[in-house]
Amino acid sequence: MPAIDLDRVGPGFADPVHDAQRVFRSLLTAMAEPGRIVTLDLPLVPPPGLSLAQCATLLTLADRDTPVWLAPSIDTPDVADFLAFHCASPRVGSPLGARFVVLPDLAQLPALDTLDLGDPAYPDRSSTLIVEVTELAEDGPLELQGPGIPDRRRLYAGGWSTATTRFAAANHAGFPLGVDLVLCCADALAALPRTCRITESTGASSCT
Amino acid sequence: MSQAGYNFAYLDEHTKRMIRRALLKAVAIPGYQVPFGSREMPLPYGWGTGGIQVTAAIIGRDDVLKVIDQGSDDTTNAVNIRSFFARVAGVATTERTREATLIQTRHRIPETPLAAGQVIVFQVPIPEPLRWLEPRETETRSLHALADYGLMNVKLYEDIVRHGRIATTYDYPVEVNGRYLMRPSPIPKFDNPKMHRNPALQLFGAGREKRVYAVPPWTDVRSLDFEDHPFAIERWDHACGLCGASDSYLDELITDDAGTRLHVCSDTEYCAARRAAGHQGDAP
Repeated sequence: MPAIDLDRVGPGFADPVHDAQRVFRSLLTAMAEPGRIVTLDLPLVPPPGLSLAQCATLLTLADRDTPVWLAPSIDTPDVADFLAFHCASPRVGSPLGARFVVLPDLAQLPALDTLDLGDPAYPDRSSTLIVEVTELAEDGPLELQGPGIPDRRRLYAGGWSTATTRFAAANHAGFPLGVDLVLCCADALAALPRTCRITESTGASSCT
Repeated sequence: MSQAGYNFAYLDEHTKRMIRRALLKAVAIPGYQVPFGSREMPLPYGWGTGGIQVTAAIIGRDDVLKVIDQGSDDTTNAVNIRSFFARVAGVATTERTREATLIQTRHRIPETPLAAGQVIVFQVPIPEPLRWLEPRETETRSLHALADYGLMNVKLYEDIVRHGRIATTYDYPVEVNGRYLMRPSPIPKFDNPKMHRNPALQLFGAGREKRVYAVPPWTDVRSLDFEDHPFAIERWDHACGLCGASDSYLDELITDDAGTRLHVCSDTEYCAARRAAGHQGDAP
């Protein structure tokens, strides 16, 4: 592994123990209530290429036991050195085999069959995708149903396309196999676990 | 302040990250048992080491913790776990179900309905619902992968053949989100309906068996049964002798050498709150 250039590595959590705990509780709430947007209130400066929410998620969950794959456009020395220094996560050359797949936008979602979907006997051994989106709003054309949702919940995610809906539908259809998505937008995040049924309504509901 | 010389909430950060990753996957796959690297805790297996590790991985400074053991806030297990977290995490504790943000429980779900935003952590001795029917882990894992739960239906059927009814009264098997067969931990079947579409997040930790699993809020939890033998909870001919409640799970106590019986709420906080509000039972 090449040496880490410490000049370009900024600080991680100001309070590693309690910041990680607060971010984890936000992630737990987000994963338990798909589509619910949680905002992280943290004094954290992410490296160029990652948003605050993406950076906080990795600092909270990634370590030497979790291989990470970075999409090519954010596979920069800034991000790589930050992760190497703060998380010590091994980097892998393809999304298959990565615990965390980090993407700068939804357009770069890899094909579902190139991702680690877990094993029928161990469906927990699948990747988690940490994806930046341009916008997150609690009302929008995406209609979510499933565990963690009282009836249905609406969501708008910037950059969501019909291809993303197809990806999500195929991911859900493979349950209990599948990947889980954490959508990040600056300091906010929402999760779409594999249990989530997502339909795109063409109704008049406005996207802010 | 937390205990000097220990990390906040006892566990080291590397262990917490590992448990946190397992918990997120558990929530994403409701009812599926996620293996985790259970640590040696400062109390023996069987005393709630799984629940304690789950609580330690999620608890924060702002949490208000309630711990119950068989519905009671003041039995040995509950008192010790509560004081453990008060010492190692410095968190506020309570006996009131409504005030708690985090509830760790051994073998009961409180009578007071849980609210959205609350988290309940169950201590689990044996997480595998098929374990007494199939001892091999490799086999039970395949049965879960194939959703082949015939064994459990045969077990319940044999109950009916022998006893005329489903004789399982606690740790009654449930199906979560229409997919995974799950052990609800040894709660009485009286509590099973409370798991169904509960607005709180339900987490389960088994320390000796090294598994965590979860039921997200508003998730379907169905107690297994048959059309001609539908699931039913326990009923009593008595109300609580102390608070007069007729809707709670009752313990039967023998109060003297003549065998006098007293039925009282198992949930001590619920009973005390009712008495404080002026309700009274018919106990002398």
